[in-house]
Amino acid sequence: MASLDDLKKRIASVKSTQKITKAMKMVAAAKLKRAQDSAEKGRPYSEKMNNIILNLSEGISDKENAPKLLSGTGKDQIHLCIVMTSDRGLCGGFNSNIIKKAKSYFSRLSSEGKELKIITVGSKGNDQLKRVFGDKIIENISFKNSKNANFFDAEKVSKIIIEKFQKEEFDVCTIFFNQFKNVITQIPQAQQIIPLKTETGEKEKLGDNYEFEPDEDEILTNLLPKNISTQIFKAMLENSASEQGARMSAMDNATRNAGEMVDKLTIEYNRSRQAAITKELIEIISGAESL
Amino acid sequence: MSEEFKLEVVNPEKSFLSKDDVTEVVVPAFEGEMGILKDHISIISFLKPGIIKLYSKSGEEKYYVEDGIIEFKNNNLSILTSSIFNIKDMEKSKIDKMLRVAEEETAKDNISDQAKYLIDQKIEVLRTIN
Repeated sequence: MASLDDLKKRIASVKSTQKITKAMKMVAAAKLKRAQDSAEKGRPYSEKMNNIILNLSEGISDKENAPKLLSGTGKDQIHLCIVMTSDRGLCGGFNSNIIKKAKSYFSRLSSEGKELKIITVGSKGNDQLKRVFGDKIIENISFKNSKNANFFDAEKVSKIIIEKFQKEEFDVCTIFFNQFKNVITQIPQAQQIIPLKTETGEKEKLGDNYEFEPDEDEILTNLLPKNISTQIFKAMLENSASEQGARMSAMDNATRNAGEMVDKLTIEYNRSRQAAITKELIEIISGAESL
Repeated sequence: MSEEFKLEVVNPEKSFLSKDDVTEVVVPAFEGEMGILKDHISIISFLKPGIIKLYSKSGEEKYYVEDGIIEFKNNNLSILTSSIFNIKDMEKSKIDKMLRVAEEETAKDNISDQAKYLIDQKIEVLRTIN
């Protein structure tokens, strides 16, 4: 059995850990609020952008010569996967969930005999993937220095992607990120951005009485790269909200666990203290009796 | 009949501006400046660096944009842009800095003609505000 001193030390150390996790939870909660706000504020832009692109791609006159970013290269051999994770740990299953999703996708690709290239955004994803897929990772981007997700960072990523696409280094591009549902639930998502998958169903019917200036094709050519930035930015916003949410609930759990541990240790401490007292008493009494 | 229509300017981070009493908006569309009044035909176009002029009851406002897309439909004008500034809030030092960056960019020789054209436009506009 551990000595009284040892127990005392352990209780103190668990208590200070609890303090830290509690503080981290508070910080995450505050950041979550902000991240959620900006995720919500960013929505109208990406929605409008999506709508316009949908309208344009419907109205495009020459489907054969449509911009490659929309229609793809016609092949489906080389897949580029953008895995977006956080730069910091201690956020529960946030990063592992994305990685798991990405890995199952990777193994499906390799079983189909497709070639795989990976770009990781965020250092945690790179750390986890480089062990198994190290040779596939072609680039690692990290935004450790930017405090919040911002559009410039998203543009940097999309510039790299578009450059690689123009050099025909890949045919299909998919991004992996966590979609923020609520504080407890984040859903890992795989979204294909090149060629663009147009979602039908939820779009507004607008008819074809639009005037385009210049013509559809040219607008589309200019718009599609922007759309990629927008999609990536959206993923970044969702990711940062998810990260804070995941961290908050992870830290909440940790705080609770630490509390339970302190309780358990305190009981053990009291018991062994009592045992020591009893032992001493027995020694005194038996010493007195022997006289 | 009122001559007003709705305007919404959004950038990736937030809804930048929303007004429902504008009477005229002049935007720097790619093929030249374009004035939009109420009941304009539905249109989609994109912007080059320039100045958006906005007329409403409360007077005239000017915004500097670098790029963007506009969509006009059912008397709703949406402007999507990633860089927009109210000219009133633009300090001279900031404009100078933007000018310098743009001038450096245009001096490079590995940029495409279109990019060069856009940057030259930007420089011109920045000079006029300055």
